[in-house]
Amino acid sequence: MIEQISVFLENKSGRLAELTRVLGDAGINMRALMVADTAEFGVVRLICDEPRRALRVLEDGGFGASITEVIAVAVPDRPGGLADVLETLGTQGLNVEYAYCFVESTGDAAVDIFRVDDPTRAKSALATQGIVVVEPGALYVAD
Amino acid sequence: MFQPDFEAMPRTDLEVLQLERLNKTLDRVYERVAPYRAKFDDAGLHPSMVRSLGDLANVPFTVKDDLRAAYPYGMFAAPMRDIVRVHSSSGTTGQVTVVGYTKGDIDRWGDLMARTLASAGATADDIVQISYGYGLFTGGLGVHYGSERLGSATIPISGGNTKRQIQVMKDFGVTVLAATPSYALMLAETALEMGIDPRKLPLKAGVFGAEPWSENMRTQLEEALGILAIDIYGLSEVLGPGVAAECECKNGLHVNEDHFIIEIIDPATLQPVPDGEMGEVVFTTITKEGIPVIRYRTRDISRIIPGPCSCGRTFRRMQRVGGRTDDMLIIRGVNVFPSQIEQVLTGIPGVAPHYQVVLKKRGSLDHVEVHVEVGPDFAFDEIKALEHLQRRVGAEIASALAISIEVKLVEPKSIQRSEGKAKRVLDLRNEGSE
Repeated sequence: MIEQISVFLENKSGRLAELTRVLGDAGINMRALMVADTAEFGVVRLICDEPRRALRVLEDGGFGASITEVIAVAVPDRPGGLADVLETLGTQGLNVEYAYCFVESTGDAAVDIFRVDDPTRAKSALATQGIVVVEPGALYVAD
Repeated sequence: MFQPDFEAMPRTDLEVLQLERLNKTLDRVYERVAPYRAKFDDAGLHPSMVRSLGDLANVPFTVKDDLRAAYPYGMFAAPMRDIVRVHSSSGTTGQVTVVGYTKGDIDRWGDLMARTLASAGATADDIVQISYGYGLFTGGLGVHYGSERLGSATIPISGGNTKRQIQVMKDFGVTVLAATPSYALMLAETALEMGIDPRKLPLKAGVFGAEPWSENMRTQLEEALGILAIDIYGLSEVLGPGVAAECECKNGLHVNEDHFIIEIIDPATLQPVPDGEMGEVVFTTITKEGIPVIRYRTRDISRIIPGPCSCGRTFRRMQRVGGRTDDMLIIRGVNVFPSQIEQVLTGIPGVAPHYQVVLKKRGSLDHVEVHVEVGPDFAFDEIKALEHLQRRVGAEIASALAISIEVKLVEPKSIQRSEGKAKRVLDLRNEGSE
């Protein structure tokens, strides 16, 4: 399972910059970042190269952060590639709470991050359909 | 019990003692304190007319403004050569007032605070860390003399320098902590941040006061620190800490009635109310020499808890102070005490008991924002859960206070921690409309 960092942020200008600076100063590299916001606050989701250390660095820096387990899928780079993945999850009755995408700098495949209610079952459902589930080691140092 | 002869005195004997001491005190202030003499004369009252405890109801009240008008020494009933200590009020509600103590006052104060510490289970074997501020504020030195009177090893660390407080607590084997409840909570949080589990320390009891706190906050402090937490009460105009304290039953604070007469009055009619009914707390000191106060209106809201206590003390109990008439916020015509908000928050999992109330004007209407910290262990990924939490806090506060408010969730530990009295209210209503 992929360890994603989720950070609670008040809607205050400069707060996201502070967050990224804290990680940058600690030498932590971000692979992907997604901001979900409501009228009152935001939740920032991050994939970074050392998630456990990133969590400690953020907590020490005064941020409310926690680790969330998500799954990462290498989505085939062709029309309908993402649809195949989502249909597989859908037929298993697995609900996708949110998803976001980033492109690996080394390869040509897009990596999609999914937050589903039952990641273990989702993983095996995708594997039986021949869809490549990305292991943590491929994205970051499992620290 | 530190002084069972007094603390468990039969009520009939106590009332005889009270009347005798009251008469002495009235004579003393009438002879020595010009403002009292003038006030009594205006009311057509001579001390000799007070023949029973019930007659006290005919004596004029004293209010904080009387003490302010007499600043600094005008209400002292002893010459300065007999005064050995001067303190002043913490100025929580404006201009400070000055109080003086004779040698005898300091001596009695030590006894009263020793009673307080003993009711938390402290003995000469204990090590007491006093994290109340020392100085003009009565908290630090007040507890200090009681702790020494009890024979406990007394650590006069005062407030502030929180990490050092934790180190001392751990290294010195502290068993009893005296602090404001909000500072005690901050000590617990800081200890955990330093990798020290306060529950594994020898600490066993805490005496907490100087600001209103709730029953839920007690539960939190007891769990976080692994202690018995008792509420203590006092105010500098009456003495300082040592006026009243909870016993191990934790059901109301026994008033040291051999030194203070407590009355509860209706703040509107100024008439005493029967035991059990809420009202403003009024104290008369009956042993103080430096600056006795007669029917001093504290502005604190409480009631007498009727009936005897199972601990054996015969002193009546006052309910923990839930608010002050002058802390009371009037929001769209509704009376609100900040402690009511705290009571709600400590009952909701996922939020920390740190909060700030921000009052603004929107047009001609009062607008209330309550800033609430999300607890550090929240699953921050769940927006739905955060929104649910926000709605729940809003609904529960609205239902407890009967006003609608706007809840703003703020980041963990972002509300400023206080080392003394917590500043819970930011009133911006006079600073223009939004």
